[in-house]
Amino acid sequence: MPQISRGFHGRRSEASSDRLPPGQHLVDDFPVLSAGPTPHTPLAEWTFTIEGGAEPASWTWEEFQALPSEEITTDIHCVTKWSKLDTAWRGVSLDTLLALVEHDADYLLAFCDGGYTTNLPLEHVTDGKAWIAYDYDGEPLEPEHGGPARMLVPHLYFWKSAKWIRGFRLQDEDEPGFWESNGYHILGDPWLEQRYWGD
Amino acid sequence: MAEERRLDGNAIGGVMIELFGVEMTTVPGSCGNCGAHEQMAETDVYLDAPGIVVRCRHCQNVLIRIVRGNGRTWLDLSGLSSLELPL
Repeated sequence: MPQISRGFHGRRSEASSDRLPPGQHLVDDFPVLSAGPTPHTPLAEWTFTIEGGAEPASWTWEEFQALPSEEITTDIHCVTKWSKLDTAWRGVSLDTLLALVEHDADYLLAFCDGGYTTNLPLEHVTDGKAWIAYDYDGEPLEPEHGGPARMLVPHLYFWKSAKWIRGFRLQDEDEPGFWESNGYHILGDPWLEQRYWGD
Repeated sequence: MAEERRLDGNAIGGVMIELFGVEMTTVPGSCGNCGAHEQMAETDVYLDAPGIVVRCRHCQNVLIRIVRGNGRTWLDLSGLSSLELPL
């Protein structure tokens, strides 16, 4: 048994080392981080809205579910230093959503139930880099993990993957969000360890 | 569940003493949103976020955000309209 255990951990460590950004450690569970109470918005009242385009765009839950969706398997990296490999999601690509809105913006500010916000450059959420995810591991996304829907931007620290997202506003300026306005990095690239202001 | 993650202001008593130099849990503060006036111990605190978040127990307005890293502390008090500190 000890030999099997050592062999298993050794292979895993070797296989995952090039997938672990600096300063991160692997977890097998899915830690829950919350800056406030978990909202429980009924799906009948849920909408997703894009503001700031030529015309406001909004979808009900049923309309959003009817949009083309994708399966995504990806690694995620939290700024609190845990990383989780091969997480499985389903959601709507931001490429799909932004193609439905006429705009000339360079940035977005995501807004959520509970008041959380986070900012993102559009170049970091287009070309297959970001989704509005509503399934995790083949099941509807649980409220404590951001359900019914959350942003998924796996190449940036996970505070950018806003839980309980209800839409975003297209903007010309990169307006700092909830954490970015109080110490956390404006972009948050885990491979560059962009955790705090000045990193 | 979120309710189990919610603590009260006593949970950050030590951090507040470091930042303000005085015992803060008994200090009254006013919410900049709803105007509720409570001792800091009577707030809702969330510690398991990327930073510390202190919310008004009455309206859930964010009163205080504390982020600590790289040898610095960022302190946002913009959700409070006042703090009544002892001399």
